[in-house]
Amino acid sequence: MEKDLNWREFVITRLIKVSGYSAIVFVALIFFFLLREGLPTLGEVSLSNLFSTRWYPIEDYYGILPLITGSLIVTVGASLIAIPFGIGTAIYIAEIAPRWVREILKPLVELLGGLPSVVLGFLGILVLSPWLRVSLNIPTGLTALAGSLLLGAIAIPTVVSVAEDALDTVPRSYREGSWALGATKWQTIWRVTLPAARSGVLTGVMLGIGRAIGETMAVMMVTGNAPVMALKLSSLFSPARTMTATIAAEMGEVASGSVHYHTLFFIGMVLFLISLAVNVAASSVVFRSKKRAERILS
Amino acid sequence: MNRHLSQRLGFSLLTLIAVFTVVPIVAVVIYILVQGAPAISWEFLTAMPRSGMREGGILPAIIGTFYLTIGTAIFSVPLGIAAAVYLSEYAADNRWTRLIRLAIINLAGIPSVVYGLFGLGLFVLFLNFGTSILAASLTLSIMTLPVIISTAEEALRAVPQGFRTVSFSLGATRWQTIRRIVLPQALPGILTGVILGLERAAGETAPILFTGAAFFLPRLPGSVFDATMALPYHLFVISTQVPEMPIQIQYGTALVLLVFVLGMNIIATVIRSRARAKRQW
Repeated sequence: MEKDLNWREFVITRLIKVSGYSAIVFVALIFFFLLREGLPTLGEVSLSNLFSTRWYPIEDYYGILPLITGSLIVTVGASLIAIPFGIGTAIYIAEIAPRWVREILKPLVELLGGLPSVVLGFLGILVLSPWLRVSLNIPTGLTALAGSLLLGAIAIPTVVSVAEDALDTVPRSYREGSWALGATKWQTIWRVTLPAARSGVLTGVMLGIGRAIGETMAVMMVTGNAPVMALKLSSLFSPARTMTATIAAEMGEVASGSVHYHTLFFIGMVLFLISLAVNVAASSVVFRSKKRAERILS
Repeated sequence: MNRHLSQRLGFSLLTLIAVFTVVPIVAVVIYILVQGAPAISWEFLTAMPRSGMREGGILPAIIGTFYLTIGTAIFSVPLGIAAAVYLSEYAADNRWTRLIRLAIINLAGIPSVVYGLFGLGLFVLFLNFGTSILAASLTLSIMTLPVIISTAEEALRAVPQGFRTVSFSLGATRWQTIRRIVLPQALPGILTGVILGLERAAGETAPILFTGAAFFLPRLPGSVFDATMALPYHLFVISTQVPEMPIQIQYGTALVLLVFVLGMNIIATVIRSRARAKRQW
């Protein structure tokens, strides 16, 4: 009996430990498979072709620059929306809203985070883009701007929840000290609370932008899917094509093992590396500021 | 400028921003409810699509999303909870544990379409599962894993240390303590995380695009090696790929998907708030 118990405990502990390490295994596996299927493209497509400005796989043009600039312009547009609205809402929820408003707003913002992106894309096609076409008087509403608006909405919940957490963890004594010195609540928010929560707010913004770059369905449905170079801010008002949308739209139709297939995996590899960089940077901001806080407090 | 006046202006501005953020969310939900409601009928929910999906119901898409959600749960729930138990109850604070945490953060940030590529490379082609419910569920469960791990770990850590100390002092082993004391206490929190993770899986399209989603199937899937229709992919198909699609069916499908996903969201919120109210520590 006693022995039996020890044996079971041993097996279960091992299983739990293996599960604990599974996240590392999966990240490694994902990277391995992207490399395995994506790297051959470097042997099949010349670098000057790969980094050209023309994406037209049927005639063997594999320039990924229009896709990269497409992702960039849509993401920049999304950030311009998500940063002020996300941080503003976080400050409102954490610092200003009465308790009952807070109890309503927080679940509503979480709800936005839970809306499937395909539903937002669907409304983007039927409601947002016709409205943009008419009100801006442009030939089509399916533009980078439509994508930016939807992506901004998709990134907001991430920014709000991370930034709000950060504001929440600023000790109450900081605020009380500021009020005692005669500062108004508004001055306290700008000069004390927000600077103290700076790193958390920054993390939220970075994670939100990371989410925007990686978003696929909503963007694919509303940006018009034209792989053209987007270099100026005015490109927002014409159709664009992001990296994610290209993979999603074309992978279904290519033969596995073809040049086109490898190139799509190569784009996936680039996306993976971008998200890796964003997340490592975001978490190192958190680690560093935690260490600094610990140093100050001890 | 008078500093009290600037406070008034500032507060009004922030309130306005919050309103502008929240009103569209409510508007979207209400708009889909209103536009989609007329399409909902017994036939719409229980019949197969007819005439190139322009008539009939969306039963195979509903069933498919149900299968995919269950399939995702089968893989991700045990693995995710075990990983959370490891991080909260076993792991020492060392370099490896920090690496695990970094890996979880990165898993959470990987674009959904990249999960689709990975699923295509590993499950569909390398392991030869084909475009199937199995391949799609496995892909979705890896995507869901970080949500489940981080919420479950938070729930486990919230159980007071004293509970464990008392259990150890009564002669219980570590696993007995986890199974009889810690896990039951953390259950509502874990359940909330599981549902929120599965909610995301149920609403995702990009990871199943090339791993298990079918454009149209004349019958329901018969085994885990069959491809399946799914609500989010179906909505994508009928709103972009099928010409002259009746608008009502599109809104009806969006409504069913929304109810499916938001239903899970509401259940999770209720479990969380009820557990908080009942908690004695």
